[in-house]
Amino acid sequence: MTLVRRQTLRGGLSLGALTLLTGCDLSDHDTVQRVLARFSTWNDKVQAALFGRDRLAPTFPEALAVKDFRYNAWYGPEKAPRLNAADYRLQLAGRIDNKRPWTVDELYALPQASQVTRHVCVEGWSMIGKWSGTPLHTFLERIGADTTARYVGFECADGYYEGIDMPTALHPQTLMAFRLSDEILPTKYGYPFKIRIPTKLGFKNPKFVTAIYVTDKQPRGYWTDRGYNWFSGI
Amino acid sequence: MTPIRDEQIHPLSRRILHWVMALSILVMIGSGWRIYNASPIFDFTFPEWITLGGDVDASLARHGDPGVASAIAWHFAAMWTLAIAYILFLLWGIVSGHFRRDFLPVGPRSVMRDMMAALRFRLEHRLGEYNAVQKLAYWAVLAAVAVMLLSGIAIWKPVQTYPLELLFGGFQGARIVHFLVMAGIVFFLLIHVGLTLLVPRTLLAMVAGRATELRQPVIPEDAR
Repeated sequence: MTLVRRQTLRGGLSLGALTLLTGCDLSDHDTVQRVLARFSTWNDKVQAALFGRDRLAPTFPEALAVKDFRYNAWYGPEKAPRLNAADYRLQLAGRIDNKRPWTVDELYALPQASQVTRHVCVEGWSMIGKWSGTPLHTFLERIGADTTARYVGFECADGYYEGIDMPTALHPQTLMAFRLSDEILPTKYGYPFKIRIPTKLGFKNPKFVTAIYVTDKQPRGYWTDRGYNWFSGI
Repeated sequence: MTPIRDEQIHPLSRRILHWVMALSILVMIGSGWRIYNASPIFDFTFPEWITLGGDVDASLARHGDPGVASAIAWHFAAMWTLAIAYILFLLWGIVSGHFRRDFLPVGPRSVMRDMMAALRFRLEHRLGEYNAVQKLAYWAVLAAVAVMLLSGIAIWKPVQTYPLELLFGGFQGARIVHFLVMAGIVFFLLIHVGLTLLVPRTLLAMVAGRATELRQPVIPEDAR
């Protein structure tokens, strides 16, 4: 290899790096973001088509369930909202027949189911846990929700908000989870309950839920508003 | 003796598919590194400046997200352009005879021979004709992209495609395979681009469609 060629080679390598670097800058362009958003909408449709209404997420032996589950939020666990059963009322809105608010005791008296499933974070880590609570579809039936509507939305005590498609809301493994590892959901994990959806990425599992609404208008999501894909099924 | 005119021809369809795949793979790698950084598998992260996903600090200030959202958006856009171009390239390569004509035959003996020659810088390059190591490298990178697509699907849809992840030893296994094969593709790219720069006419052929080169025929030893 001659010296000139070696220099060309080196120049070429940094050229490759430069391509990535300029790509970096490209990400912040409005046009690029618009194109990427269009792909994301397309991916929503693909994922909805791919979603099996009766296809179950894999379940695992209880021994694999992690007891000290990873805490994850954009704020520290000490800042997690402390809700107390005396004041708490779950508000209902939208296409629901009986919008009477629910107390913690009433919620916890609903029929129970348990699952040992895997929580998959959008960042890539995953963790198996045991959650127990009421299948969301059971609750939606109790309150007379219009299940022909397209979406179910959630508002949370920490300012979080999320929404899911109706097929996912009616999926047999979608839970209103009152317990983690057989214990009442501790404050930092979302007391009095979180929505546990083993067919969605972790951020589609809202905690500290204070309101549930049924709608035809696609609900916004906290991380979706920050550029993450809306459907985020797994 | 009169020189021989070597010629390399790449039809338009091959060139388009090549460049769509090349660009898609660069985007996949750059964005993949940013996604990797959010939850590293090994004991290192990639320098942010070499990853794809926009200005980290600006994104953190605006969103509380280090551009992972943008990186994922890139990743899940480029996966379509890559998958489509790759499948078309495979189909077209088989149907047109491009693979059979240009990537075959390739066997262990010819690979060893050409590898030894290449390591001693004695491998002669003939425009329009691939040596055995090159052929093997093209098959390897085609296989690598297939593994990337499959392990990628296993990571993207571990529930909907459930048993698929078991092929890679589970979800974490799929992540590790996805990473290691990425490293293999990066290695291929470095060699591929490096060699292209040594013989720039090949780049001309992949851009313009045709390149030629005059070559002095080798005089057999006993005839000298």
